[in-house]
Amino acid sequence: MSIFINADSKIIVQGMTGSEGTKHTRRMLASGSKVVGGVTPGKGGQSVEIDGHNLPVFNTVGEAMAATGANVSVVFVPPKFAKAAVVDAIDAAMPLVVVITEGIPVHDSASFYAYSLTKGTTRIIGPNCPGLISPGKSNVGIIPANITGAGPIGLVSKSGTLTYQMMFELRDIGFSTAVGIGGDPVVGTTHIDCLRAFQDDPETEAIVMIGEIGGDAEERAAAFIAEYVTKPVVGYVAGFTAPEGKTMGHAGAIVSGSSGTAQGKKDALEAAGVKVGQTPSETARLLRAIMGR
Amino acid sequence: MDLYEYQARDLFEKHGVPVLPAAIATTADEAEAAAIKVGGKVVVKAQVKVGGRGKAGGVKLAVDPADAREKASAILGMDIKGHEVRTVMIAAAAPIESEYYLAILLDRSNRTFLVMASVAGGMEIEEVAHTAPEKLAKIPVDSNVGIDLARATEIIAAAKFPADVADQVAAVLVKLWETFVSEDATLVEVNPLVKTSDGRIIALDGKVTLDDNAGFRHPDHEALVDQAAENALEAAAKAKNLNYVKLEGQVGIIGNGAGLVMSTLDVVAYAGEKFGGVRPANFLDIGGGASAQVMADGLSIILGDKDVKSVFVNVFGGITACDAVANGIVQALELLGAQATKPIVVRLDGNNVVEGRAILTAAAHPLVEQLDTMDGAANRAAELAAK
Repeated sequence: MSIFINADSKIIVQGMTGSEGTKHTRRMLASGSKVVGGVTPGKGGQSVEIDGHNLPVFNTVGEAMAATGANVSVVFVPPKFAKAAVVDAIDAAMPLVVVITEGIPVHDSASFYAYSLTKGTTRIIGPNCPGLISPGKSNVGIIPANITGAGPIGLVSKSGTLTYQMMFELRDIGFSTAVGIGGDPVVGTTHIDCLRAFQDDPETEAIVMIGEIGGDAEERAAAFIAEYVTKPVVGYVAGFTAPEGKTMGHAGAIVSGSSGTAQGKKDALEAAGVKVGQTPSETARLLRAIMGR
Repeated sequence: MDLYEYQARDLFEKHGVPVLPAAIATTADEAEAAAIKVGGKVVVKAQVKVGGRGKAGGVKLAVDPADAREKASAILGMDIKGHEVRTVMIAAAAPIESEYYLAILLDRSNRTFLVMASVAGGMEIEEVAHTAPEKLAKIPVDSNVGIDLARATEIIAAAKFPADVADQVAAVLVKLWETFVSEDATLVEVNPLVKTSDGRIIALDGKVTLDDNAGFRHPDHEALVDQAAENALEAAAKAKNLNYVKLEGQVGIIGNGAGLVMSTLDVVAYAGEKFGGVRPANFLDIGGGASAQVMADGLSIILGDKDVKSVFVNVFGGITACDAVANGIVQALELLGAQATKPIVVRLDGNNVVEGRAILTAAAHPLVEQLDTMDGAANRAAELAAK
């Protein structure tokens, strides 16, 4: 099994006709994902030929779902238009919406997240995330599909490249699903949502959780692990050397006063019984030790 | 972006939040002129983006323009917790009867917005929040519902504001919400919100943080950036659209992806402990598409930092393959020519790593050294910086 996606996931790409959308649609198709169409308002009725796949374009997510049976949407729409795209997907009751776009104003993401809660039929992953991959089954977003294959590790991370690095470190073991939840202050899916899903997924045997400075998502995740997760979890936190008050690349990666520090997060995770590595390599070694691999 | 008090005041005024007349000054002469313009008794307030300026002597009452000149000349140039005072605000003085607190902010934990309100405003609000949290009302606001007068009235009642000011404070809260939304702020804070002895409600001091991601909706926000206070290297990096933060170390860092770069800083700092406390000199994320030009721009910024003794390029090839990154490094060094003078440790891994490493090996640039692992490369970069 896997979490949130599986081999039957049917994907539409919002913003497929843009350059990023086209590039990553090609990559998703190449890795075996079932991309069934795209949405670009005003271009409905056209179709796009990508590597032998003839993909229909729709004006709205609702039309795309009705015609293709899609159950996952991935959003590559530029920040200015991203809120409208996500709201369109929520209105269509799209079960999973993965927002790759970086640079969405937080008022827009807070608004579409709140709207998704009101409707209650859509899970949002991201924004500002690399998406998620269940190797060999489905790949939704921009995570390179050739790093590693299927296996028993579940991974949840705020960061894209650290996800790739960790998948690479553990490439001989493999992953059930790796989820990049994104580095923005407001994201649709949290560490906790992924930890719960991995705990409940019979194919996931151990979990890697990667956090970074800013907010208190890791502290909350630690409390959740203590209460709910019985599978082994190892952790890694980036940003020990980040100075207070400076945004480190991700909009949400900022230490404010004494809150959001890497040390605070590490302490909280360790108090919950999570082994926390000092570097990505050490984190991988800790997981190997636990799994006996 | 955090704003100065006077910038926050101007935004409040623009959106109808009641404020006092004020003007800014960067010299004693200007301060005197500003005091004449504002009229009457004034308060001279240091403009710094750090708390505790009152206790540091950065806020003084002045009885007339000559006194304002004197107070301003004492405050201008002061160092408040490492922040040099280059501007003062000259604001009308008000007879204060009560001090309240009112703020709207992004609540990351609950992924919503939050109003915080208290009748115990003033300098000790953080103390109040810790020792008497019941005196600080925290009320979530749905972004899609917002705050109209009816909702504001409920919130102000829940925060137990006295009946004689409740209507006025509720009206201020509506205006504050308008400021928060229409300026794409992540924080608007009024502390103190005062009741004057003649019964007026006025925002006496404020803090505003604006969302940098929303810049495309607010071309006017660009003018709020204090260019003089920016680090020269950070300003140069920004001009080239690089995501760069200057730190206080010796190992220049270039990487791809915010998380990996943060991690690289940490790994260098650990490795540096063995070499007399060598530290990372900067954060620089060149993002997914590391073209030769971006690599050259990044290297040029880092090599322009006189504190840098060695450079660590740490790239995990995901979407961008390692051979493209390696070509970027080779071309960047050609572009930089004699400007490149410091040893560069490169660690490439991931997509097309074999080809990438081969390109660097074939180029055989005398400054470039390759290592296979992130930890090993961090160690070597720290060692080189300590020499």
